[in-house]
Amino acid sequence: MMDAKKKLVELGQDLVKEVEKGKQPALNVPVRALSNVQYNEKSKTLELGNKSAERFFFNVGHVKKFVQTLEVAKHAKALLDLGKHASLRDVFYMAKRTIPHTNTNIVDEQTESDKALEDLELITGFSREQLHINANKNGSVAGHVVIEDKGDTIDWSKLGSGGWSVPSNVEEITFKKVNADYIIYMEKAAVWERLHEDKYWDKHHCIIMSSQGQTTRGIRRLLQRLNQEHKLPVYVLADFDPWGFYIYSVLKFGSINLAHISESQAIPQAKFLGITADDIEKYGLSKHFIKFKDVDQSRLKQMADYDWFKNNKAWQRQFKLMKQYGAKAEIQALSARGITFISDKYLPEKIKTKDWLD
Amino acid sequence: MTNPIAIKLAEKQREVSVAEFFERNRHLLGFDNKRKALLTVVKEAVDNSLDACEEARILPEISIEIIEMGPDRFRVIVEDNGPGIVKKNIPNVFARLLYGSKFHSMKQSRGQQGIGISAAVLYAQLTTGRPARIKSRIDPKHPAHYFELHLNTQKNEPEIVKDEEIQWKKEHGTRIELDIEATYQKGDQSVDAYVKGTAIVNPHATFIYTTPKAEQLIFARAIDKLPKEPQEIKPHPYGVELGMMLKMIKATESRTMQAFLTNEFSRVGPQTAKEICEKAGFPPSEKPMNLQLPHVEKLMQAIKDTKIIAPPTDCIVPIGEQLLEKGLKKEVAAEFYTSVTRSPEVYRGIPFVIEVAVAYGGQQTGDETIRLLRFANRVPLLYQQSACAATKSVIQTNWKPYGLSQSAGALPAGPLTVAVHLASVWPPFTSEAKEAIAHYPEIIKEMKLALQEVGRRLGSYVNKKKRVSLERERVNIFERYIPEVAESIATLAGVAKGKLQTELEKMLEKNKDFIQSNTAKVEAIENDDPESKIKLTSKGDDDE
Repeated sequence: MMDAKKKLVELGQDLVKEVEKGKQPALNVPVRALSNVQYNEKSKTLELGNKSAERFFFNVGHVKKFVQTLEVAKHAKALLDLGKHASLRDVFYMAKRTIPHTNTNIVDEQTESDKALEDLELITGFSREQLHINANKNGSVAGHVVIEDKGDTIDWSKLGSGGWSVPSNVEEITFKKVNADYIIYMEKAAVWERLHEDKYWDKHHCIIMSSQGQTTRGIRRLLQRLNQEHKLPVYVLADFDPWGFYIYSVLKFGSINLAHISESQAIPQAKFLGITADDIEKYGLSKHFIKFKDVDQSRLKQMADYDWFKNNKAWQRQFKLMKQYGAKAEIQALSARGITFISDKYLPEKIKTKDWLD
Repeated sequence: MTNPIAIKLAEKQREVSVAEFFERNRHLLGFDNKRKALLTVVKEAVDNSLDACEEARILPEISIEIIEMGPDRFRVIVEDNGPGIVKKNIPNVFARLLYGSKFHSMKQSRGQQGIGISAAVLYAQLTTGRPARIKSRIDPKHPAHYFELHLNTQKNEPEIVKDEEIQWKKEHGTRIELDIEATYQKGDQSVDAYVKGTAIVNPHATFIYTTPKAEQLIFARAIDKLPKEPQEIKPHPYGVELGMMLKMIKATESRTMQAFLTNEFSRVGPQTAKEICEKAGFPPSEKPMNLQLPHVEKLMQAIKDTKIIAPPTDCIVPIGEQLLEKGLKKEVAAEFYTSVTRSPEVYRGIPFVIEVAVAYGGQQTGDETIRLLRFANRVPLLYQQSACAATKSVIQTNWKPYGLSQSAGALPAGPLTVAVHLASVWPPFTSEAKEAIAHYPEIIKEMKLALQEVGRRLGSYVNKKKRVSLERERVNIFERYIPEVAESIATLAGVAKGKLQTELEKMLEKNKDFIQSNTAKVEAIENDDPESKIKLTSKGDDDE
């Protein structure tokens, strides 16, 4: 942790030097956008390119973000000095104040301080967690796994109906016992609860994990560690829609926004279990279709054009079929065939026959 | 045998007096209510004074005094330095309706019908019973005359109550004093607004106005030169209506129709006159006295069908761009002024000129609708704003490009005063009270063109001002942020904040010009990536 602190001090000192030299203060921020993200064929992950933009203090368009970035840097340093951690929400409130004698706030919305932190990660090369700033814990895990976290021993098989919630920072967790053949990660908390109630993880000797909506960094890192350290295959269960597909894409290749930390997040061996177009046909899910909106249509096109999907025939087929349907379907559509259909039939069959997409 | 009913009716008809006519039609003459009555009395007296001074080529100096005599009762005194009125005419000028020199002339002037001042005298008489008190002197060699006059409402004739020679310091001029029933109230339709408006469009005149609250306001002249004297013109055939034509035919001394048409109208030569006669179906040698109504109707149609060149326009004397601007400048405190005088145009055979001036900014409030000042022949129009062609023209002009806000079908809002002036030998009003300009398409078109021209100039000023304030705002942003950023950097680097802040402030001072002018280019880098604008997911952000 000394390193992160040293880096922040260095950042400050560099700026002081620039000002002393009469140069206007600037921050060099790598560009976080598709145009600066490359797909590395070899590692099969997204990588941040070397395009960066100067962010100047003396520029009307930049000044606000410039000030915000240094503001969160200041708070990060204070946290490191104290040896305390804070949440993203805490940081927002630390930065949310009005400049004396004006009606200007440093930040008005939490998204602003969150973005400033992401920029700080890029500038310093240290992750948010290394800067002692954590997100809220999220999601649920269950399985025959015992871990140790901050001196406490936790058994993932003995946590009642809620399961274990994954913290933002999973670096210091140690796995005491891992007794599972694979992991199913699902997009929907409701589906996780279904599988948990059916004791799917017990019956099928696996780990089930979900988050609410998007996959958090903590969950991605936890999945990656289980995948790398314990060689557990990761199967993704998501909705049949562009957004569901993208959840898989993020888990497998890394995300465009956070391409700079793909290395600690991506799971190139992850497989997409469903829902696929073939499931739609096989289980007659088309009667539960939800019609596409314009945004779905354009998102689908974007997805199909991504470098990491462009030459993947199996995926292009899925995109094509989805486009033909002009509709999407949720995982829960399977419930129409019986409430436990997913745990009794759908998942076991899929895994047995290795019916997944890579 | 009883008398036929018509005889009875005829007796009754004889009893209709001027007084009754006035009672019934007072709204047409501007005496609808007590507040307006005060304004109308002042206005008629001042209009007469200004016309008289200008005709005599004297720089007007007019004093207006209103004294509150009791509840709803005021004394109005208007005194000018004009040419005065010869003794024998005084009673008729002030106490006989429809007596005047202006009714038959086609010449740009304030008054038209010769009703105004006598109507004021009659109003005073009807409401307070007091006679009008007139003082007038024509030059130092003649004595001043003092009259007290009533108007005989039966005969429409003056009744002289008192007639005497008196001492008066003034070498020449006229003074009228009337006691009337009225109320005084400040506001857009007050005497105060009238005097101020009059001062704007008559920058060659000085006004000394004593309000009922005994405050004395002096509106000094801005120029020592009288406006050019308007030329009298003969009517243009296109502008004459049937009734007028009948009157003219009856009154003419010309022997033939050809002569009548060439002598009494402008722009009609012998050839044109011949053409009209032929089209009307009588020889050019026809005697005017022989013409009957059907013939005159044919004549009207023949005029319509004949191409006659537009009337001469040199008879119109606009205020002029510079003077109108000067007038506005002295009465409206603002930061930007501009004005336009259009070239003369013609409506219904009558020439007219439109002038527009604007005053922007200064102490004027910006969140209300603009103040519109309307004028016709140098007289402010204070009532019936919504019925006026000037209002319609302002509303129909799109003010948004000129930096003002405007909702559909409404006057724009902003710190702006707009003055619209119509100068014409015969300004078309919507009523006898002369409160609103009639909606002739030719007039509205000219007004809009003038408004657009001043609007464009206003727009470039307003936009420049906005740019300057934006530039100032830019510098302010940095001034605000410098202490903050200095604090952050100092904390990170573990140095003192003070020195850093001073350095940054120096840097800002040195680079002000650069910052003000050179921002757009650098900003572009930030947003050069269109992909960065596409939201990646619909289910919250990529991360949390």
